[in-house]
Amino acid sequence: MTVNGSPVEADVADRTLLVHFVRDVAGLTATNVGCDTSSCGACTVLLDGQSVKSCTVLAAQADGHEITTLEGLANGDEMHPMQRAFHTEHGLQCGFCTPGMVMAAVSLLAENPRPTEQQVRAGLEGNLCRCTGYHNIVRAVLTAADHMDGQASR
Amino acid sequence: MSILGTRVVRTEDPRLLTAGGVYVDDVRVPELAGAARVTFVRSPFAHALIKGVDAAAALAAPGVLAVLTFTDINDIPPPPPPPEGGPPPGSEAAPMPLGGVWQEPLLAVDRVRFVGEPVAMVLTDDSYQGEDAAELVTVDYEPLPAVVGIEQSLAGGTLLFPDAGTNIPVDHAAVDAAFDGCDVVVERDIVNQRVAPVPMEGRAAAACWQGGKLTVWVSTQNAQISRFILAGAFGMDPGSIRVVAPDVGGGFGAKVALDRDAILVAWAARHTSRPARWVETRSENLTGMTHGRAQRHTVKIGGTRDGRVLAYRLDVVQDTGAYARMGGFLPTLTNLMAAGPYDLASVTVGYRVTLTNTTPISAYRGAGRPEATAAIERAMDLFAAEIGMDPAEVRRKNLVPSDKFPYQTPCGALYDTGDYAGALDKVLAGAGYAGLRAEQARRRERGDVVQLGIGVSSYVEITAADADNGETARVVVNDDGTATVYTGSSAHGQGHHTAWAMIVENDLGIPMNKVTVKHGDTDEMPFGTGTYASRSLQLGGVAVHRADLEVREQARKLAADLMEASEADLELDTSTGLWQVRGDPGASRTWADVARHSGAEGLSAFVHYKDGAPTFPFGSHVAVAEVDTETGKVTLIRHVTVDDAGTVLNPVLTEGQRHGGIAQGVAQALLEEMVYDADGNPLTGTLADYAAITAAELPSFELLVSETPATINPLGAKGIGEAGTIGSTPAMHSAVIDAVSHLGIRHIDMPTTPSRVWAAISEARNSQ
Repeated sequence: MTVNGSPVEADVADRTLLVHFVRDVAGLTATNVGCDTSSCGACTVLLDGQSVKSCTVLAAQADGHEITTLEGLANGDEMHPMQRAFHTEHGLQCGFCTPGMVMAAVSLLAENPRPTEQQVRAGLEGNLCRCTGYHNIVRAVLTAADHMDGQASR
Repeated sequence: MSILGTRVVRTEDPRLLTAGGVYVDDVRVPELAGAARVTFVRSPFAHALIKGVDAAAALAAPGVLAVLTFTDINDIPPPPPPPEGGPPPGSEAAPMPLGGVWQEPLLAVDRVRFVGEPVAMVLTDDSYQGEDAAELVTVDYEPLPAVVGIEQSLAGGTLLFPDAGTNIPVDHAAVDAAFDGCDVVVERDIVNQRVAPVPMEGRAAAACWQGGKLTVWVSTQNAQISRFILAGAFGMDPGSIRVVAPDVGGGFGAKVALDRDAILVAWAARHTSRPARWVETRSENLTGMTHGRAQRHTVKIGGTRDGRVLAYRLDVVQDTGAYARMGGFLPTLTNLMAAGPYDLASVTVGYRVTLTNTTPISAYRGAGRPEATAAIERAMDLFAAEIGMDPAEVRRKNLVPSDKFPYQTPCGALYDTGDYAGALDKVLAGAGYAGLRAEQARRRERGDVVQLGIGVSSYVEITAADADNGETARVVVNDDGTATVYTGSSAHGQGHHTAWAMIVENDLGIPMNKVTVKHGDTDEMPFGTGTYASRSLQLGGVAVHRADLEVREQARKLAADLMEASEADLELDTSTGLWQVRGDPGASRTWADVARHSGAEGLSAFVHYKDGAPTFPFGSHVAVAEVDTETGKVTLIRHVTVDDAGTVLNPVLTEGQRHGGIAQGVAQALLEEMVYDADGNPLTGTLADYAAITAAELPSFELLVSETPATINPLGAKGIGEAGTIGSTPAMHSAVIDAVSHLGIRHIDMPTTPSRVWAAISEARNSQ
């Protein structure tokens, strides 16, 4: 498969989960495991541009597909507007949910570039955060939507 | 202009947002190369005798290196005996954890006392093999009757520790308060339910031994305390132990120091001569990590019909789970803060601690204080309902007046500074309280299906309760003019790196981007206390400030020598970071000049700052909820708060702390509960069952500003980490009950789930 633009190839056991492939084979440890019931979203990555919980996808299912993780989001030293918005709006504290939360938010805006606050809240229901009370995460997503919309219309 | 008090975004974030944090499971250092994976075999029974363990099948499975039980723990000293065999049953002493007959083993010996208790360890090459092999370990259990819930524990029909002869290690009953002269007295039991902390990163530890030195990476709030606990457990010199807290994915009190599981990981690494790493699963976390709250309150409140409360009594029963860790201590904080922000003539308190066959209880965001606030705020509402007065008005009549500070409570607390009525007035104005009451009246008159509830809470809490333990800091100015701060405090999301760098910039004029903050490595900073009880800024931050001042005085001497001037004429321009001779602005020296002049000695200062007393943040919250009277569903539509934690260093950080606290407090009132069945089986042991609150169940919060400085420390700071949780639970809880109070409902226990609210409504309507 392709991970953040680079081909990664390995023979793995059938049951290997995508999240463990990303962390242990590709060596990209930003993506975290926060539960074992597909409930928390900490492991969210993009599979061909769409968010998936990588604890619930077999590595084999991603064979031949493109995976994007938090590490692949920035353009060189320039943060993605979503990363920048999480920074300016204080959308993270301990940082553990952040990689999954940012990827889910990127996917959310790809589907709905101008969401309302309620749509952001509903869209992120599958991603738990225990630090921020979601307040600043929601603001960050709305801020990123403003900036990304501005870029698109220029 | 000082940088203090301004909005500064976090320096921590770019790394966390682009590369991700480095949590224990992410640590890739040579010492951990080839580390064995530890998988615990945990008890599926709440209470059982262990008749035998058969590891043969597991040992034959692929990748299995070892299966270890208590019989293998023959190479570390036994725990030191408590004095005189431990506290006698029923004593008022409340040591934590309890020793003697109440001793908690590292691995279960001949019995298990809660589902999730560690029984054996499986070491494998990888984690998948570990999960497989753990299932192959056969433990022969003989089930015993389980003690679940406070009533069953108090009845004593089954004992967790037969040698102790009781399930009640601590009994300190309250005497009655002075209810004579009260027109009205209300009494009732209130449940403050058991909840799970659920930091997004669960517990994790890794360990290696090299040349007699132990290094442990652990997800903890207190690397330095963890080092001393490990030293005690292994009978080692603390100097031979290094503890590293890498990035920590949330703690909320449940990662104070380290658990027996982490000690076992270090032990297993030595026992098998191979580095080892353990990262718990979420299901493991929900039963293995300590829970919080779990108190039953009996409140009795009395006063006059014109709204003056004269007497209040609080009896606490703490379900401490299977082992009294911090659970023996938490109710002392509940008792200390029982009087809340009120000026009451008579307050009496008491508590008992009981053991049950459930996960042990320890600190969870607020740790004993949210329980105190929940109890008296509920009591205030019950009293207000009984005399037919607006609950906000009853509070206003009883708050400690601003001219009475410092205020000594009947419970032993000395509230330092405050403007409690000011906070209440501000939050009521911000919420538009009168308008909300009018809207509520309209909906009631129309008989709307969706009713409006308004909950008001006032609170005061205690932060840095152990102020005399203090905190450490070392500030170094390097030869290139940059500064490095080593702190004994510990960050797991609070933003210490940003805040400490702001303090240095303010004190020394070294810009934040030239200040590096280091925490959580005992080789770099062996002594410190760490983070709990909302203590970091007022102790650890002040320690940095004091170290800055010492560095500045050293630098003054060096600069005077360099510039051939008298020390008295030297001044530091903190806007530029330049040392100058008064009256001669042309000549100046940089921090780099001064630091290089210090030679081999270097330019640095170590401070262990201690405060003489805790501080007491306070505030008021208003929650506005809609309750669907046909389904019982509750929706929080607004949450308005005043949280006064003294002088604010960085509003960005304090707002973040308030937001998170509010959400966790609301979650307890609305949704979250750790539930057990009658046999002690957890029914909410996964995140599919445990109702951790999500973005979809919360509104954006409305935060109002109030800053009444603390006088005991130079920053004027009090703690803010737990205030949001303490204020929000009773406001949210009250809003739900308020929405249906016109039906005659006075109380619904938390969590106010749709089924509970619907049941209360049905019962009220049927009895009408």
